[in-house]
Amino acid sequence: MVGETKTQKLIKFYIPLALYLFFLLFPFYWMVNTVFKSDNEMYNLELNPFYIHSPTLENIVHLFTRTIFFKWMANTFFVAILSTLIALGASLLAAYAIQRLRFKTSQPTGVAIFLSYLVPQTILFIPLAHVIFQLRLWDSLWSLVLTYPTFLVPFCTWLLMGYFKSIPKEMEECAMIDGASRVRIFTKIILPLCLPGILSAAIFCFTLSWNEYIYALAFISDTYKKTVPIGLVTELVRGDVYHWGPLMAGALCASVPVALVYSFFVEHYVAGMTGALKE
Amino acid sequence: MAFPIRARLAAALENPTLLGFLFVAPAELILLIFLAYPFFLGIWLGFTDTVVGREGSFIGLENFEELLNDPAFWLTVFNTFLYTVMAVFLKAALGVGLAVVLNRDFKAKGLVRAIVLLPWIVPTALSAICFWWLYDSTFSGISWVLFRLGLIDRFIDFLGDPWNARFSLIAANVWRGVPFFTIGILAGLQTISPELYEAADLDGASSWAKFKKITLPLITPLLAVVTAFSTIWTFADFQLIWIITKGGPAGATHVFGTLSFQRAMSGGHFGEGAAISNFMLPILIICVLVSFKYLRRED
Repeated sequence: MVGETKTQKLIKFYIPLALYLFFLLFPFYWMVNTVFKSDNEMYNLELNPFYIHSPTLENIVHLFTRTIFFKWMANTFFVAILSTLIALGASLLAAYAIQRLRFKTSQPTGVAIFLSYLVPQTILFIPLAHVIFQLRLWDSLWSLVLTYPTFLVPFCTWLLMGYFKSIPKEMEECAMIDGASRVRIFTKIILPLCLPGILSAAIFCFTLSWNEYIYALAFISDTYKKTVPIGLVTELVRGDVYHWGPLMAGALCASVPVALVYSFFVEHYVAGMTGALKE
Repeated sequence: MAFPIRARLAAALENPTLLGFLFVAPAELILLIFLAYPFFLGIWLGFTDTVVGREGSFIGLENFEELLNDPAFWLTVFNTFLYTVMAVFLKAALGVGLAVVLNRDFKAKGLVRAIVLLPWIVPTALSAICFWWLYDSTFSGISWVLFRLGLIDRFIDFLGDPWNARFSLIAANVWRGVPFFTIGILAGLQTISPELYEAADLDGASSWAKFKKITLPLITPLLAVVTAFSTIWTFADFQLIWIITKGGPAGATHVFGTLSFQRAMSGGHFGEGAAISNFMLPILIICVLVSFKYLRRED
């Protein structure tokens, strides 16, 4: 790359980058742009749709006052946080056991957990609906809390195994010579050292649970128990009547928690994503 | 007297096999009850006439025969393959392209990378709502621009025409999936030694030659894994399509996931829905084998 001229840099870097960013950001612009428009303006083809002529908050007010948006948000938080905690706990133990305890069946167990990561929800929701029905969890948020860990645990375990691998064995051996028990080593030495990994795993779990759609759509029908994405689409689209403004407002507001979590921990997120691929 | 018991317990916990078993138990229990059991139950349900809320009985291959004689099913097969092949190919090409563009030092690298990941982070259901509105037949911003530029003489019916609807959905899927390829491949690019490119520069190699002879061979294993993952997710896609078109117009955009949901949840025919899912298994197994093979090699 030595001796690259300005023109070369423009063609090879700035122009492609600008095109990509335009492509990736355009839908967001369209969403934000719609949120602050009145219906009159939105449905007037004489006006430039990419510009907000008279900004208004009426869509957000509609969303907050005429739907139970906050209830849906609370439901989504409830499910996302509980399933994250369950998945994180189970994954930490499992990853440590597979990576470090090296018991007889640790290898096949690791493989089985990896394979389960690749089973898509699309082929599981029908039999799961059957199971949920039998467990009498139909139309309950607990059905989601219990089923979400199925796609969180495999990924987290895989991710955390990579972190456990990077901790030198000598540390454990030293502690063992000093008479520390294995459980103590796990809680006092391994866990604190893996904090970045645990954080990445937690972020992944939270965003994945927040984004889940098909189980929430299949197992919940009571409006008061819906999660955000399901609630928005079913309540703001009535037959042929589309409330586009409030819908966009809802999409924007519901993306905020994920975007916040993500912006604080973007480095962990990228590390987790690439770490998991390289393992 | 409590002491010996405690001591024995402590000693037992030093046994790696026992402790390993205990530590793995919660994860395995979750996966057995809510993943492995439903997985096999799903295969079984495909051979039954189960409807919602009632146990069905074994009916052999009846569901499968019915589906094979159903034109709507064959349309779904076609749609699913078109959707998967086109979307994965475009995601791979655009994703690798962006990774190559980003693989250099520049000022706002962290910020740009964060922006690139946005479509992947934002809940798909919510970005799907956004695309739905963007594809509106009367108020789409895309149509507006093209119309004003004089490139079209009437607004595009994005979702009302079968082919338009298919390509619109592919575009939305590509938009969402490019970041995954980019970030995955970028990690691979960063491990390639710059000396290789410097040596190629001395030989006067063109950029394209360098990409083809150095970059591509070195990222192939990683690209295979990323592609296999993406193929699984695209092939089993549901929410994007369900929100934007619900499989319409007239089944023109149904994929396996949406058709099985419609038959099972909306129609109540669990058996038939499960049979549709069973048709997905061979493709999924191939993808799993591919990703597994390359992940192993990386070790």
